[in-house]
Amino acid sequence: MSSHQHRTEESDATGHPQSPAANSSSLPQEVIRIENLVTHYGQRQILDKINLTAYRGEIMVIMGGSGSGKTTLLQHLLGLKRPTSGNIYILDKDITKISTDEMHDLRRDMGVAFQGGALFSSMTVAENVQLPLREHTRLDNNTINIMTRLKLELVNLAGFENLMPSELSGGMVKRVALARAVIMDPKLLFFDEPSAGLDPVVSAELDELILRLKQAMKMTIIVVTHELESAFKIADRITVLDNGRILMTGTVDEIRNSDSERIQNMLNRRPRKEAINADEYMQRLTGQ
Amino acid sequence: MSNVSDRKNAWSPVRLVESIGRRTLKGIAELGYIASLFIESLYWLIMGKHRRQPVRIASTFSETMMIAIEAIPIVSVLCFAVGIMLAIQSIATLKIFGAEAKVVIGIALSVTREFSPLIVSILVAGRSGSAITARIGTMHESQELDALQVIGINPVRYLVTPLMLAMLISVPCLTILGDFMGLLGGAVFTTLELGMNISTYADRSLDVLTVDDIRQGLVKSVIFAIIIVMLGVSNGFMVRGGAEGVGRATTRSVVLSISFIVLADMIFTYILNR
Repeated sequence: MSSHQHRTEESDATGHPQSPAANSSSLPQEVIRIENLVTHYGQRQILDKINLTAYRGEIMVIMGGSGSGKTTLLQHLLGLKRPTSGNIYILDKDITKISTDEMHDLRRDMGVAFQGGALFSSMTVAENVQLPLREHTRLDNNTINIMTRLKLELVNLAGFENLMPSELSGGMVKRVALARAVIMDPKLLFFDEPSAGLDPVVSAELDELILRLKQAMKMTIIVVTHELESAFKIADRITVLDNGRILMTGTVDEIRNSDSERIQNMLNRRPRKEAINADEYMQRLTGQ
Repeated sequence: MSNVSDRKNAWSPVRLVESIGRRTLKGIAELGYIASLFIESLYWLIMGKHRRQPVRIASTFSETMMIAIEAIPIVSVLCFAVGIMLAIQSIATLKIFGAEAKVVIGIALSVTREFSPLIVSILVAGRSGSAITARIGTMHESQELDALQVIGINPVRYLVTPLMLAMLISVPCLTILGDFMGLLGGAVFTTLELGMNISTYADRSLDVLTVDDIRQGLVKSVIFAIIIVMLGVSNGFMVRGGAEGVGRATTRSVVLSISFIVLADMIFTYILNR
């Protein structure tokens, strides 16, 4: 474990890690706790002893370059992949051990907005947004339609109910995905690469939207991104991943002032010095 | 360090055995995956209502519309043509023995037992099996399947079970249509060629045919329906590599479906005629 990680995972006087979301008079409530998470694709190790905690009401940004393991980490958090070893506690339930039915129930408290939106192309905007309600509740049509309209208003897309996903712009697709992710008022929201493929203005609008959601719905938000500007704007804390390991977890200022060369390289967009060995790369790909 | 790509390309008997072994294991794993998909979709078909997650009836109807209703014209034309083709060949062959009038028996039995389920299934595999693979593969690549899972919707219950139900309804229904059109095609040519009255042709066909002949075709059509939907869906779920991967999986799904249909046809024809 690196010295940075030691520093940021240090406990406070009460024995609990410091959290910006924590009130000084009360203990921060853990929403996510990852313990010694290790995962492989074939023989290739992707994540190595990841330890991470996210607290109630905070925006935690997971950052890292391509191939750093952030998408794999997200897939584990969503229960889409099983780790080789380690535990992932979400809302006090270890998702590596719970049954399918328990996971099914837990998913009602989790919302996910995928990188490309992952809207169902055969459904209208409204049908996409209200799908979780139709599957998990027995609300009548009127209530479902009202709730759909409210969430679409929240993401500034009121009036777009009857459009198909193919008729939307990239930013609108992400906002619809966000509306679908929060339709069940989840305690935990995951957002994968909110800025990817968007122009700076739309990207900034999405950042504002994420901050507004945090204020309005008091939810814990986990954002996976490699966009520095966006991360610094929305994050309460940032975790930096590199080659499947956590380089550092800390507040925006702690990350900015880090003396880690790799973090500074990432912040200042400096290229890596070490050359990639072709044979080693082939071995990593083939697992041989 | 020796070059990895050079080592990979080097041929040796050990590598050949390794490759055969790896492919065999992959094939067995795939069969296991298809079997588990089939069992899971049956589970949701039977238990879905008890678990308050019933099969989506609206989706089953729309899939049936796509698989069966929209295929009616092409099934009708092809089976009619096969009926005519059978009549031409049968008359030409039977003429050698001076038994042209027996053509009715050949057409009636071969259409209902063999050609109608086979032609219909090959057509559905090419038309709907490929569409199923392409659709599910595209959903996989655009993370729609992941989205279903994280919403708490089982993709097998949501996507596969309605498809299987629709296929189990559509292929036997199309086979019955194929039976009728094939017999009609044979009747039209025979009456024109031999000057036989069409009502005589119909009477003789009904005399020859038993319920068992129709049932044989329908049993096969059910087996073929399961082959088409399971290979279509499993290849869709296994798509990797973007648009190119979807294309590859679609081709593979159709080729495998037609191959397994023909092989299953041979096996079931043997079993059902013992």
